[in-house]
Amino acid sequence: MRKFQKYFAAAMSAAMVAGLAAVPAQAEEAKGSVYYLNFKPEQGEDWEALAKLYTEQTGVEVNVLTAASGTYESTLKSEMAKDEAPTLFQVNGPVGLATWKDYCYDLKDSELYTHLKSDDFALKDGDSVYGIAYVIETYGIIYNKALLADYCALDGAVIADASEITSFDTLKAVADDIQARKDELGVDGAFASAGMDSSSDWRFKTHLANLPIYYEYQADGIGSTDAIKGTYLDNYKAIWDLYITDATCEPTMLAGMTGEDAAAEFALGTAVFYQNGTWAYGDITGNEVADEDLGMLPIFIGVEGEENQGLCTGSENYWCVNGKASEEDIQATLDFLNWVVTSDEGRNSLAKDMGFATPFDTFTEEYVAANPLLDAANEYIDAGKTSVAWCFTTMPSENWKNGVGSALLEYAQGTGEWDAVVTAFVDGWATEVAATATAE
Amino acid sequence: MSNRTMKRYAPIFLLPTMVAFTIGFIAPFILGVYLSFCEFTTVTDAKFVGIKNYIRFWTDPSDVFLHSLWFTALFTIVTVLLINVIGFAVALALTKKIRGTNLFRTVFFMPNLIGGLVLGYIWQLLLNGILYNFQRNLKFSEVYGFIGLVILMCWQQIGYMMIIYISGIQNIPGELIEAAKIDGATPKQILKNVTIPMVMPSITICTFLTLTNSFKLFDQNLALTDGDPSKMSEMLALNIYNTFYGRNGWEGVGQAKAVIFFLMVAAIALIQNYLTRSKEVQQ
Repeated sequence: MRKFQKYFAAAMSAAMVAGLAAVPAQAEEAKGSVYYLNFKPEQGEDWEALAKLYTEQTGVEVNVLTAASGTYESTLKSEMAKDEAPTLFQVNGPVGLATWKDYCYDLKDSELYTHLKSDDFALKDGDSVYGIAYVIETYGIIYNKALLADYCALDGAVIADASEITSFDTLKAVADDIQARKDELGVDGAFASAGMDSSSDWRFKTHLANLPIYYEYQADGIGSTDAIKGTYLDNYKAIWDLYITDATCEPTMLAGMTGEDAAAEFALGTAVFYQNGTWAYGDITGNEVADEDLGMLPIFIGVEGEENQGLCTGSENYWCVNGKASEEDIQATLDFLNWVVTSDEGRNSLAKDMGFATPFDTFTEEYVAANPLLDAANEYIDAGKTSVAWCFTTMPSENWKNGVGSALLEYAQGTGEWDAVVTAFVDGWATEVAATATAE
Repeated sequence: MSNRTMKRYAPIFLLPTMVAFTIGFIAPFILGVYLSFCEFTTVTDAKFVGIKNYIRFWTDPSDVFLHSLWFTALFTIVTVLLINVIGFAVALALTKKIRGTNLFRTVFFMPNLIGGLVLGYIWQLLLNGILYNFQRNLKFSEVYGFIGLVILMCWQQIGYMMIIYISGIQNIPGELIEAAKIDGATPKQILKNVTIPMVMPSITICTFLTLTNSFKLFDQNLALTDGDPSKMSEMLALNIYNTFYGRNGWEGVGQAKAVIFFLMVAAIALIQNYLTRSKEVQQ
């Protein structure tokens, strides 16, 4: 009996050790495989379907992992530390590239790059191409055409037609009047709530803040800077004031209002205006607002010559190939990307299922996404308006955005002064540039 | 088995645990301390930079580590007191012969079975629902956040501490209480001179648990306020997390803060343990 116990105990402890040591052995892939860490949760399933199709056709394994909303950077950090690191990942622009540059494969000789329509959509450093944008997006003030037409039909309306809104002053006059007569129109407010929850605050600390930065860059003839001056911050204040006063909720409620709140208010027809972009189409379609009633206005902030201002168009989704992956994996990834933008299946999925407008010359007329917001964006380009570039990709850091966001919120709810926004915007920019510089 | 055979086989019996402990604790701990002296984007690719990480954040205007420290300290004091006093009081009440004590014990213990994130979101809905009447919400000011966190923490922890106190109280020999009664002690005196000294071991455990739980609070903080407004309700653990994941180039600083955090928690726990231990009495 004692002997049995002894062997039994020995066997048990051996089993425990073995259990710890058991690492699933992986068969060596001669072909190389693709591992894509996807940024956009909305399209996660579409990517998985596309990956499966590619594996069926070519036998090359493609794994797609989609990071949960708002966790891309942290997921990327931990995935990249693994042996089986992503071979394909995304950065959001020059500032994101600065972090991941050591991991980026030079794409200048890739076939994908030859399909890119313009170098505006590539992240370059000297001659090297580190990132290639795969989706072009546009944002502005989305509005409900039917509600605005109802307003125009009211007695004493400030405008007779939506096309008359070509400046901040008109926009403000219209919004103020809608707000004053909201019961008559059956809405809760002119603008959907400017929620400052993390699901929504990027609309203001990043996208809205782009406008004063854009105009400052234009005035100074630059494309990025180490020290922002804040020339147009009064305009930033004016539009922010408008958003929080002519809104569906009290400014004291903003801290907890989410992106879904704002989308729902607009989609259910209780707000006329809603600042967001082409990607919001999926969230608002299929509700009270009919697709043909979706329009988009430029974000006017009261700068001279703004009647020629178009919508804000750009990209913050750049594909990067992991240069530290094995050569077979890099080649497999490049082949996969090329297939995505040239094959019928890939183009169909990108344009139709995911609804992307892409910067590749392979996307001919039959591969155009059906999205009324994209149509609105194209109308502005056809009308010869100047698109506003996405200068927010040059913002020094996430921390800078958070600082501005917090100050905006405190100002809105009355617990802080506008000066704090100015400080966070101007001084914060310099501090963050310095902090990032010492990190390298 | 004789002592000698025990000794001979000791390594075999210790090995599995030691391997698990090394993989699960010692290795990450050493790696973590090493990384706090490095700059890195991914943990496998680090560059040694000395103690820079330990200095950088004190002077950075957007870093609220010190504020988080005070916020956490205050939170810990308040919750340790509230949870233990209320938990003990409930335990006293539920060891009296009243109907339905088992039901009450179960009900009070239940909140502890729900995960911190879920609790955080549920309480966020509840509290925001009340604050809505005043056109406010939890993220309006850190005072709301603080009170919200205290309520949430109490609700979750009181039941758990209550169970520990109940078992402590039930372990007091009946004859001690009986003898005190015969000597003419009032209920107050019994509580002060018999019950409390006798449950001192439970008090040690409960204060230790509440102290470290409150100091290391993360999920509930993340779910309830997420540090809003302006990181003013950000507690230490969340501050470290946000430094590591939220700021590019600051990963090492987050790691350095984590090392400091570990030292603080260890020091506080040791001091507390020493203080309450010294008050325990032998039966």
